[in-house]
Amino acid sequence: MSIKDEQTAALADLIACPTCDALYQNVEPQFQQRAVCTRCHTVLSAPIKGSVARIVALAIAVVVFLIAAVFLPFLRIEANGFKNASSIFDAAFSFSAAHLVVLSIAVLILILFIPMARAALLIFALSPLLLQRPPFRGAYLAFRWSEDLRPWSMAEIFVLGVGVALVKIVDLARVEVGAAFWLFSILVVFNVFQDTLLCRSSVWRALDRARNGVRND
Amino acid sequence: MIDSGIETTARQQGLVACTHCSRVWPTAATQCQRCGAKLTSRDARSLSRVWAWWMLGLICYIPANIYPMLETKLLFKVSGGTIVGGAVELFAHGAVAVALVILLASVAIPLAKFGAIAYLALSVQQGWQSNQHRRMQIYEVVEFVGRWSMIDVFVVAVLSSLVQLGSVVSISPGPASLTFALSVVCTMLAARSFDSRLIWDSIAKHDTNRDQVFKP
Ligand SMILES: [Zn+2]
Ligand SMILES: [Zn+2]
Repeated sequence: MSIKDEQTAALADLIACPTCDALYQNVEPQFQQRAVCTRCHTVLSAPIKGSVARIVALAIAVVVFLIAAVFLPFLRIEANGFKNASSIFDAAFSFSAAHLVVLSIAVLILILFIPMARAALLIFALSPLLLQRPPFRGAYLAFRWSEDLRPWSMAEIFVLGVGVALVKIVDLARVEVGAAFWLFSILVVFNVFQDTLLCRSSVWRALDRARNGVRND
Repeated sequence: MIDSGIETTARQQGLVACTHCSRVWPTAATQCQRCGAKLTSRDARSLSRVWAWWMLGLICYIPANIYPMLETKLLFKVSGGTIVGGAVELFAHGAVAVALVILLASVAIPLAKFGAIAYLALSVQQGWQSNQHRRMQIYEVVEFVGRWSMIDVFVVAVLSSLVQLGSVVSISPGPASLTFALSVVCTMLAARSFDSRLIWDSIAKHDTNRDQVFKP
């Protein structure tokens, strides 16, 4: 090993708190235990047994549900003999006036494309680990991107927005909620569950282990 | 470092930490060898980016409150509803809880967010020695809550796609929906541009100053 390699290996034994830069020995906690930064109380690591498999399973479910939700009816309204059905695409493209097209695209990106992209990136980055294979090239980049996208994935906010909209028009007309609405609501539960399972540093460690040919359990 | 309760920071050891994957590298490194993220020990331009997004967000927030979010066409009569107007109407209909959610999400939270981000940026620039833990909590709350302001834009989207009942009633989005959405995105970017490590550097500086004072 050259001096440079030795230095790099020594640095691998250290981690820094991403929020406050405090430096620690890189000790992996036991399952169900947490490593917390003593200075800023940020959770540095909280491994959960079998989390990678569950994260991938949830991501696959999210992709399936999102595709189904696009094609199924979302909401239906009826008042004085007039009827109108609305899909998720309709909701996004309601900003059809020229100056609001930007907003239509933004809504579509926030409620459909970003949740979809996050799920796809997680599947790409983590599924080889389930088969005890080394990760694909670009798995590290994919996982970093999926974490960067996290705050921009707004499906749960959209579902709450639908709830508020329904309250607003409940006096005005009879509204029926379609299958897509329920799919979307379940999807939100999946997303919340996934975020509680996903410990960033455990995923990085799992990727490192898979790359070095060490079994993940 | 009695106050901070830790031994040392990556920066003090001549290292630079990756904020994405927590690994540390020699200060000269510019890219994380593990995850490929760009490395900066402390982002010097972080604060100017924060202020740029903050200003842009505030500029967008003003028209968002003046112009209507929704335009309702009820039997040929067109009426526009601003954010506050919509909440007042819900209040009058007895939907107090929903009115409060809207007021909280679209008025109270955005204003509090502008205040909080400005306070954090100023505290670092002016080197205020105020409680780091409280500032950290403010930062975490801003990061967590900020995105929920988008709810009003989604309400407008759902209402205007659904309520299209011929000549009886139709709802279409107003110009405020766009500026409000932009304002939310700008404040989210402002909060994300802020390098939270700057909050904690002030203790480190404070401590080294004190050490120098007590050295013979
Ligand atoms: Zn910390
Ligand atoms: Zn990294």
